[in-house]
Amino acid sequence: MKPKRVTSSFKLPRLTYRVWKVWMRDFDVFKKTWKVNFFPPLLEPIFYLVALGFGLGQFVQKIEGLSYIQFIAPALVAISIMYSSFFECTYGSFVRMYYQKTFDAIISTPINIEEVIAGEMLWGATRSLVSSSIVLCVVAAFGLITSPLFLLIPLVAFFCGLMFSAIAMCFTSLAPSIDFFNYPGFLFITPMFLLSGTFFPLTQLPPFMQIFANAVLPLTHTVTLTRALLLGNLETQLLISLAWIAIVTPVFFILSINLMKRKLIK
Amino acid sequence: MVLIRAENLTKKYDDYVAVDSINFEVFKGECCGFLGPNGAGKTTTIRMIHCFLPVASGKLTVAGLSVSEKPREIKKMIGVAPQEENLDPDFTVLTNLIVYARYFDIPKATAIKRSEEMLKFFQLEEKRNVIIDQLSTGMKRRLILARALINEPQILLLDEPTTGLDPQARHMIWDKIRDLKKQGVTIILTTHYMDEAAELCDRTLIMDHGKIIEQGAPADLVKKHIGDEVLEVDYNDQTMKTLQEKFPEARLEVLSDRIRVFTMQPHGVFERFLRKFPTSGATIRNANLEDVFLKLTGRMLRE
Repeated sequence: MKPKRVTSSFKLPRLTYRVWKVWMRDFDVFKKTWKVNFFPPLLEPIFYLVALGFGLGQFVQKIEGLSYIQFIAPALVAISIMYSSFFECTYGSFVRMYYQKTFDAIISTPINIEEVIAGEMLWGATRSLVSSSIVLCVVAAFGLITSPLFLLIPLVAFFCGLMFSAIAMCFTSLAPSIDFFNYPGFLFITPMFLLSGTFFPLTQLPPFMQIFANAVLPLTHTVTLTRALLLGNLETQLLISLAWIAIVTPVFFILSINLMKRKLIK
Repeated sequence: MVLIRAENLTKKYDDYVAVDSINFEVFKGECCGFLGPNGAGKTTTIRMIHCFLPVASGKLTVAGLSVSEKPREIKKMIGVAPQEENLDPDFTVLTNLIVYARYFDIPKATAIKRSEEMLKFFQLEEKRNVIIDQLSTGMKRRLILARALINEPQILLLDEPTTGLDPQARHMIWDKIRDLKKQGVTIILTTHYMDEAAELCDRTLIMDHGKIIEQGAPADLVKKHIGDEVLEVDYNDQTMKTLQEKFPEARLEVLSDRIRVFTMQPHGVFERFLRKFPTSGATIRNANLEDVFLKLTGRMLRE
């Protein structure tokens, strides 16, 4: 890539309050279909907690002093943060952009393309907040919350959701067709789902994979946060995760807007 | 008063020039038609006017504002009805209008009032709560027009507003366009239907290969390029010979066993000719904009 292309990929977008008009459009659609939107995050964690927590958990020794079901509960919250924003800003945004031409319609109004993309990502983050809050309710119903710090999780969900939205939007900017999303699906999301300290501690992995999981897998840091807040054990690792997210999110947020602009405005 | 002005307006892509250094003006209150074969650059020009596509070089101003400097201000005063249907399929007819109004910062109460007026104006009241998928092509077109008017635009851009519609729906849309013109809205329209352009446009610009090759009022263009009348007769060698002798200055066009005779001579010349030389299959018809279009852009298929 030419240096000019690189700098233009990180140009600061021109954003105004109009971002929220785009967000509101998606929110209005969500309200209309709320039943379909509420059931998966409600039922899925129940299945996992019953099957893995009660079922498999009987055969698993205590992990860092936690029962298996206690260990995986925060991971389920983190996974729902990842899934809901990642799919919203890949499949969801792609359908709106490519099939429905919704972005074209919006940019014929005073709203610009940067604001459309930013609005989509804020909406993705909101989806993470909503879904993970439902998962949190399920986890609470199973009696698995031991610290009042869990009240901070919706906030974490929004910012981690924004991070996953921004990464997803970069994939969307590269996608020639909707089938393309199978690649980030099974090369990025699935390995993360399994290898980010979700269903077993990271320390079980060979050292180089531990380094890899900490360096490049955003879910690792999301799980660290949800686990700490749900169980109330604050460690220094927490600061590293927060810093990681605080750096990665704005970088991908800005990059994705510029990549999408380059894709759409010829 | 000039509302839109283009000076050496150009749009280039890697491998071709879509709009090639064109100059034109659109005056306040007129209906101006962009005509041209597919790929002529009409839609690209329209899209640059409403700041959808960036200008590659040259100048383009709307109400004195440059499209590259003041896109938001310009988009506020323009209504766009694109060629491609892009209504929001996640909403009903009425909600489409209300959500679109919100993009323009129109207060909710005003948006609802205006949406209701628009539904009435375009006879879509009964469909207010219907989802977009269930509308016919004609209804979708009308709703796109309604949506384009939600911000009470000074300028309306209509990209092929009646393509694919039945005659009833077309005439209804023509009526509405005339109404809007009377209200003082400046209209820019692209179309492949020459009767539509002749019917609605005060002025037409004919584009081909990214350039404007001719412009003027439809009637003036017909007079200038074709004349008053066109004679059509069945083809045979003898007839061809006679026509060539009697109308040495005329352009004779042979197409699927018919000869078309274009001459600049005044009204009545063909009638006198036919009285002397009765010819099989002869019809005299008025010259029209389609004759002009085909003469200037040729009969070669473009795509």
